[in-house]
Amino acid sequence: MAKNIQSLERAAAMLRLLAGGERRLGLSDIASSLGLAKATAHGILRTLQHEGFVEQDPGSGRYQLGAELLRLGTTYLDVHELRARALVWTDDLARSSGEAVYLGVLHQHGVLIVHHVFRPDDSRQVLEVGAMQPLHSTALGKVLAATDPVAHAELVDAKREPFTARTVTELDEIERTLDLTRAQGYAADNEETFEGVAAVAAPIYDRRRLAVGSVGITGAVERVCRDGELRPELIAAVRDTARSVSRDLGAKPF
Amino acid sequence: MTDTHTGPFIAAIDQGTTSSRCIIFDRDGRIVAVDQKEHEQIFPKPGWVEHDAAEIWKNVQDVVSGAMVKAGASREDILSIGITNQRETTMLWDKRTGKPVHNAIVWQDTRTDVLCKKLGGDVGQDRWRRETGLPLAAYFAGPKIAWLLDNVPGLRERAEAGELLFGTMDSWVIWNLTGGVNGGVHVTDVTNASRTLLMNLDDLKWNEEIAAEMGVPMQVLPEIRSSSEVYGTVTGGPLGGLLAGVPVASALGDQQAALFGQTCFSTGEAKSTYGTGTFMLMNTGEKLIHSKSGLITTVGYRIGDQDPVYALEGSIAVTGALVQWMRDQMGLIKTAAEIETLAMSVEDNGGAYFVPAFSGLFAPYWRSDARGVIAGLTRYVTKAHIARAVLEATAWQTREISDAMVKDSGVELVTLKVDGGMTSNNLLMQFLADVLDAPVVRPMVAETTCLGAAYAAGLAVGFWDGVEDLRVNWRRAAEWTPDMDPEVRDREYKNWLKAVERTMGWQDE
Repeated sequence: MAKNIQSLERAAAMLRLLAGGERRLGLSDIASSLGLAKATAHGILRTLQHEGFVEQDPGSGRYQLGAELLRLGTTYLDVHELRARALVWTDDLARSSGEAVYLGVLHQHGVLIVHHVFRPDDSRQVLEVGAMQPLHSTALGKVLAATDPVAHAELVDAKREPFTARTVTELDEIERTLDLTRAQGYAADNEETFEGVAAVAAPIYDRRRLAVGSVGITGAVERVCRDGELRPELIAAVRDTARSVSRDLGAKPF
Repeated sequence: MTDTHTGPFIAAIDQGTTSSRCIIFDRDGRIVAVDQKEHEQIFPKPGWVEHDAAEIWKNVQDVVSGAMVKAGASREDILSIGITNQRETTMLWDKRTGKPVHNAIVWQDTRTDVLCKKLGGDVGQDRWRRETGLPLAAYFAGPKIAWLLDNVPGLRERAEAGELLFGTMDSWVIWNLTGGVNGGVHVTDVTNASRTLLMNLDDLKWNEEIAAEMGVPMQVLPEIRSSSEVYGTVTGGPLGGLLAGVPVASALGDQQAALFGQTCFSTGEAKSTYGTGTFMLMNTGEKLIHSKSGLITTVGYRIGDQDPVYALEGSIAVTGALVQWMRDQMGLIKTAAEIETLAMSVEDNGGAYFVPAFSGLFAPYWRSDARGVIAGLTRYVTKAHIARAVLEATAWQTREISDAMVKDSGVELVTLKVDGGMTSNNLLMQFLADVLDAPVVRPMVAETTCLGAAYAAGLAVGFWDGVEDLRVNWRRAAEWTPDMDPEVRDREYKNWLKAVERTMGWQDE
C-alpha cells in the first residue's frame, strides 16, 4: 500500500465512528476506540470542528457529525431550481432592457442554456432552452470561465473556434479578458460569436459564494452598444439581475 | 430604458386564500412595488376552514400602505384601486358596528355538503345549473350563508331585521375602503356574484326564488355591479389618510382576474393557471354556453355598461400538489423544481401513468368515488418514470378540460396562455404543447391575477383607453410549440384515459 497521510486516515476513521445513527461520543471514547492519545485525537477533532465536519455538544462536550458534512452531498444546485428562482428577475430584465435574456450553466465543454426569456417585441422567436454555447466567445461563457475554475479548465482545453473576425482565440488574450471580467464583474461579447450581435452577462453566486451560472442579455449590436461600447445602463440592469438571483439563492449582499 | 418608475400608477389588492397582497403597477403593466401578508388558517373541525375577516381587513390596510411606501408613491400617484379575491369565501357582518358576526367560511370548507345534497332534492346537483351555471357543490357561497344563518344563534333574526350584510371578500374590502359604517358601499361584481348559486347568468340579477329556497334573505345581499367601474372612493380609516378620494374601481374573482390580466379578451382565448390545483378559463364572448361536458359556466368579466363576457371554467384539483406529494410524502425529490431533473433522466414514462384523483376527479368527470392510481407498473419502471408520469398527469388533465371546452364552445383552442408556479417547468410546458397540439405561451408578468384587477381599475378611470391598450402590454416571455408524432399522442392519450377509468368506483359511497 502506498504511503498515505496518517492524520487524514485518522480523521476519516473518526468520521466513520461518529456516523451511523444519532451518535455522540466523548473525547476519551473516540481516542480509545481508535487507539490514539487523547491529545492527538483532540487535535484532529478540533480541525474537523473548525471545518464544520464535526460539532461539539455544548452541554455534554461530546462530539457528533457536523452540518457541513451533511451539506457536502447536497450542495449541487439543481438547474431547474436555478431557473425557478431566476424567473421573475429575468422577466423583468427582458422587460426593462428590451432584449432577450439567457441563463447559462457549465455543462461538459460549454454553456448550457437553462432559461431563455424572449425579447419583448412581437417578433417570432424560438425557445433556446437546452442549446449549447461556446465558452470562449460568449458573454455567458466568459463569465463562467472567469468565476468557475472547472469552466476555466474546459476553456483552456477547448478548441477555440473563430466564429467571426472579432473572435479571440489566443489564450493569453482570453486570460486578460477573464481578468478584466473578474475585476469588472461582467463580461461582454461584441460580435465575437455572431456578426451583428452583442451580449453582456454577469455571474450568479450561491450562498457559499460559488459561481453557479451566468445571466445576460443578447441583442442587435446597434441596440446593445453605443459608439462601439456596451450601453452602461444595460450593464447595470444585467448586474442588478445577477445580484437579485444570487440573493434569492442565499448569497450575502456584495 | 430606465428602472425608475414614475407615476401615475394603479394599485391592485389581491385578497387571497393564504395571504393579502398589494401590487402597484405602472402604465406598461410593470410591477413597481409589492407587499404581502399572510393570515391565519383556522381549522375548527376536519373539513372546516375559516378566516378571521377582521384580521384580513387589517392586513389589507397594512399591505396597501406597505406597497405605497416601497413605491415611494403618494395619493396623487395612485389613479385608482382594484380588487381581486379568493372566490366564494363567505362572511356576514353587522352594518352598524362593522364587525364580522362569525369567521368567514372559506371556499375549501365542506360543511355545506349535506345542505347541498338536501337542496338538490330529487333533481340532484344540477337543480340550479340552468339559472346559475353551477352545480350544487359545497364551494359556492349561497349555501354557506344559509349555514351561518341556521347555525349561529340569533343571526337569522338579525339578517331578517336588516342588520347584517353578506359579502365575499371583494364586498368586505370595498365596503371598508369606502367608509365602512360611515357610508361604505355594499356591492359585489358580476364574477363574484356568479359564484354564489344565487345569480341568474342571463340577466345578472339575484334570483329571488333560489334565495328563498335556500333561505337567504334578500336584504343581506350586495348590489351587483360590473367588474370595472367606480364603486366609491377611499374614505376614512387609516387608509383614508393615505389615499382619501382615490376611486375604488374594480372587482374580479381571482381566476377571472387572471383571464383579464392575460388579456384573453376574444372569444376562444383561454388561460390556465398552474398552482396547487389548476383553473382553466375560456372566453366564450357574449354567448352563455351551458356545458354538456362537466364544465362550469361563469361570468368572465363585465366592463362598465358593456355586455358581459362569459367563460367556461374547468378545474383540476391536483397538479402542483402532486409534485409536492412526491417531495413531502414520497421523499423522491428535495425541491419541487427537481421533479424536472428526475423526469429528464429518462426518455419517456416507461409505460407508467399516474392519475392523482386524491379527493376524487373534478372536471370533466366529477366523480367523488375516484381515488388515485398509478397504472402500467412493471419491473422496468423507475422513480424517474414516475416523475415523468407526474408531470404528464398535469398535461393530460389539461387536455381533457380543453377537449371539453372545444366540444362545448365549438371553438378550437388556438393557443393556451399559462401562468402560475409550474410554468417554470420547461419539460412540462413542452409536454403540454405536445399533448394539446397547440402552442403554449407564458407572459412576461407572472402576476396575472393582480394585473387583471389593476387593468380593470385603470380602464374604469381612463388610465387605459380600452382593451386594445392592454393587449399591447402583453409580452410573450416564452412559447412552446407542439412537437409530437400524432400517433404517439393518440396512443398516450388512450393509455391515460384507460388509467383514469381505473380510478373510478374505488370509494364505496
